[in-house]
Amino acid sequence: MSADTIESRRAWLLSERPASRMQARLGRAYVAWRRFSANRLAFLGLLIIISLLVIAALAGVLAPYSPTFGDLKGSRLLAPCAEHWFGTDDLGRDILSRILYGSRWTLYVVILVAVIAAPVGLLVGTVAGYAGGWIDAVLMRVTDIFLAFPKLILALAFVAALGPGIENAVLAIAITSWPPYARIARAETLTVRNSDYIKAVQLMGASPFRIVLRHIMPLCISSLIVRVTLDMAGIILTAAGLGFLGLGAQPPLPEWGTMIASGRRFVLDQWWVAGAPGFAILIVSLGFNLLGDGLRDALDPRSGDQ
Amino acid sequence: MSAVENGAGRGSARAAAFASSLGRFLVIAITTYLGLLAVTFFIGRVIPIDPVLAVLGDRAPANVVERTRREMGLDLPLIQQFYIYVTSALHGDFGTSVLTTNPVMTDIRRALPATTELATLGTLIGALFGVPLGVLAAVKRGSVIDQIVRVIGLVGYSVPIFWLGLLALVLFYAKLQWVAFPARLDVVYEYTFTPITGFYLLDSAMQGQWDVFHDAFRHIILPAALLGYFSLAYISRMTRSFMLNELTQEYIVAARAKGLSETRIIWGHALRNAAVPMVTVIALSYAGLLEGSVLTETVFSWPGIGLYITNSLQNADMNAVLGGTIVIGSVFIGINLLSDLLYRVLDPRTKVR
Amino acid sequence: MSGRTLLDVDDLRVTFPTRTGLIEAVRGVSFSLGRERLGIVGESGSGKSQTGRAIMGLTPPQARISASKLAFDGVDLLAASPRERRALRGKRIAMILQDPKYSLDPVMSIGRQIVETLRTHEKVGKAEARDRALAMLEAVQIRDPARVFDLHPHEVSGGMGQRAMIAMMLIAGPEMMIADEPTSALDVTVQLDVLGILDRLVSERGMGLIFISHDLRLVSSFCDRVIVMFAGKVVEQLKASELSQAQHPYTRGLLNCMPRIGFERHPLPVLDRKAEWAA
Ligand SMILES: Nc1ncnc2c1ncn2[C@@H]1O[C@H](COP(=O)(O)OP(=O)(O)OP(=O)(O)O)[C@@H](O)[C@H]1O
Ligand SMILES: [Mg+2]
Repeated sequence: MSADTIESRRAWLLSERPASRMQARLGRAYVAWRRFSANRLAFLGLLIIISLLVIAALAGVLAPYSPTFGDLKGSRLLAPCAEHWFGTDDLGRDILSRILYGSRWTLYVVILVAVIAAPVGLLVGTVAGYAGGWIDAVLMRVTDIFLAFPKLILALAFVAALGPGIENAVLAIAITSWPPYARIARAETLTVRNSDYIKAVQLMGASPFRIVLRHIMPLCISSLIVRVTLDMAGIILTAAGLGFLGLGAQPPLPEWGTMIASGRRFVLDQWWVAGAPGFAILIVSLGFNLLGDGLRDALDPRSGDQ
Repeated sequence: MSAVENGAGRGSARAAAFASSLGRFLVIAITTYLGLLAVTFFIGRVIPIDPVLAVLGDRAPANVVERTRREMGLDLPLIQQFYIYVTSALHGDFGTSVLTTNPVMTDIRRALPATTELATLGTLIGALFGVPLGVLAAVKRGSVIDQIVRVIGLVGYSVPIFWLGLLALVLFYAKLQWVAFPARLDVVYEYTFTPITGFYLLDSAMQGQWDVFHDAFRHIILPAALLGYFSLAYISRMTRSFMLNELTQEYIVAARAKGLSETRIIWGHALRNAAVPMVTVIALSYAGLLEGSVLTETVFSWPGIGLYITNSLQNADMNAVLGGTIVIGSVFIGINLLSDLLYRVLDPRTKVR
Repeated sequence: MSGRTLLDVDDLRVTFPTRTGLIEAVRGVSFSLGRERLGIVGESGSGKSQTGRAIMGLTPPQARISASKLAFDGVDLLAASPRERRALRGKRIAMILQDPKYSLDPVMSIGRQIVETLRTHEKVGKAEARDRALAMLEAVQIRDPARVFDLHPHEVSGGMGQRAMIAMMLIAGPEMMIADEPTSALDVTVQLDVLGILDRLVSERGMGLIFISHDLRLVSSFCDRVIVMFAGKVVEQLKASELSQAQHPYTRGLLNCMPRIGFERHPLPVLDRKAEWAA
């Protein structure tokens, strides 16, 4: 491609008088992308998350050893060395392999929580915003009540009742993380509810159910995605905390929080057993935080300074 | 002509507005606390298939199970059960802990000062360092300092606290021996020291027992510093954003036009204006540390509510878990509500409209 | 021009670098000021405020300023250190901003804000500073100075706020003042009060005044001379009394846009803007 055509394409994207809705949308996306990629930290975040996805997909190929079976005789609690980059744990398992496989559980938790909590928040928020009146009042009171709770403690109590396990941990985290999404969805709904566009759809006889589902919910998605991305780090940390307390994933699953818990017993002498998985958690949640920050700045230039 | 001249009418308008906002505040407070109780009730009585088993364990004899079932009112309709639950919770009755065989409230009363002392010291550290860092980052926006503060904050948001605590123990306790082992006091003092308020630093200083003070300090400083780091991450970030907002206001231009020094403008005007929302932020971070105590206390064997809850969890002691949840939840909600109220009281701009 | 020259501005330029290129807010403005009243008029965005702020030294840090001469009473402002300029601000050159609602510190009492200016520039005790602030409040015709002294800005009306602002800026006895649309945010009824106070203080104290406004007619009735700005340039400079003989079509256009009672205004005149005026 010659420099000339690149230049003209950029001009087309940045045109102040877009000829079609498509051009306008692409132009906006392009501007957002330029703002995003100019932000080096955000770009680093994106790289971290992409690496996480790749590692999770290819864990079987990348991991040098099995994540669940170790050499109990010859290689217990080895310090980092050429064969075991991050050392081995008390059962002789290679820590690097366990961390690589553990990325799958991190993704599993994060995705599952997002898939449960975001739609719940979206539904509550859009219904409250569109219906208004007492429905709105009641739904928002409930949302605010949940918003006022201490999340970790509540998740803890839920898992205590449901019984330990990664599925229950996911459920508990989801139960405590939907309220912010409901608030966002409601705010977005209120801004479009009285627009001519929604009026037109109403006139055509669409049912409220259909309007909320087909016309309002899609408009809330983008701000919801930013917020979910920003929350990912918190979800990972909560899940790891539950794992650490023995309430989340159970051994021998190579979940990072659980790995820290089992490495805790010999942390004073073999600190790497607990050290490595914690570092993995730090990197991944940092990645999500950087990405979320960058997304927010790129999509909403007003909040750029904050 | 001016707003001051009709003071009388404004006074009664202000009283009416105050009454209505107080009313709204009460509705919010009451529904939120009821919500907390409803959720814990749901967790304790509805989710478990047999709450009696959850309380007694599965080795209790049949007649005891039957008696307990009646005592717990499990034969009554759910709504009536909830009513009983709420009234006994309001009396501070959360049942008996299976693990310690004490009433849960007695255990909690013993553990609460430890948690509060830790969270208070943590917040103090966080505010003491977080506010100046945030101010600096805002004033030198885009500079290296700003970037460093940003990274410090982001790492604080991203690091698992229990892991950082473990590593800190390895370094400062095992390797460097700068701090004492995980506990609240050395065993020697455990039996000779009589606390008054339950805040050991305060108590030992009041009684002039400086050796105890020194020992208590060596035990608390590491977990407090850790919690302080988390609150610093939040406080510095919020301070930066509030300060950036204040520094673009017109009154800053006016202050410059008066010939004030930058130092005076930043600390005397901009920060004073940012201080009102900052109080809310610091209160929220305090509440967050109370919650964060669960993980920190576990790592540092700190005998507070967090450790109490996790110990009870390990032993399926549901009464203790829910009692602890309600107490921490109540304090958390209380601080949330109060900070909201405080904001309105502190801000001289809160106008009556 | 009366007396000695206070301020000398020659070829002042203010440029903002932005992502889309350079914005030239002020493009070669020249004038000089004695102990007189100079009005600057022009439409929104013509660079009036940036001219005033450049003289004060309040231009945002990212902007570039250049001038072949920018001198206040013999002091070269562009060569002066930030500390020297700060000593001038508030003490010898003062500025009044547009809206008292935003330009007074909302969490500090009015009295303290006035005292603050005084004690920044003069070594005076607390009690004396308070007395002088009360006297200054009285000079701006506030009836109950002792009470207003302790009020916060949101507790007073716009007109009273602007008077407090004038008191705050004039308490150190400056020789020159820049008033950037000092009455635009006020009710019409109090505009004249505030202008009257400004007028009296300026003539009593023999200050030089730069009066920035949109309103050509107001400026011509209030000032001795008028500068008309368009797109960062001075297009015309003339005595206020000779406004009706203005030559430049832009000035004439501004004059024509003023409604006058008793004249049929159909069709409404539209302000003409020609690219070559800005060249
Ligand atoms: N911080 C800034 N960054 C970029 N451009 C700026 C900035 N501040 C002002 N400008 C530009 O400078 C020009 C002149 O602004 P100025 O405030 O002096 O206008 P003005 O004549 O005072 O207008 P108004 O009557 O609306 O107050 C404007 O076109 C504006 O776009
Ligand atoms: Mg202006």
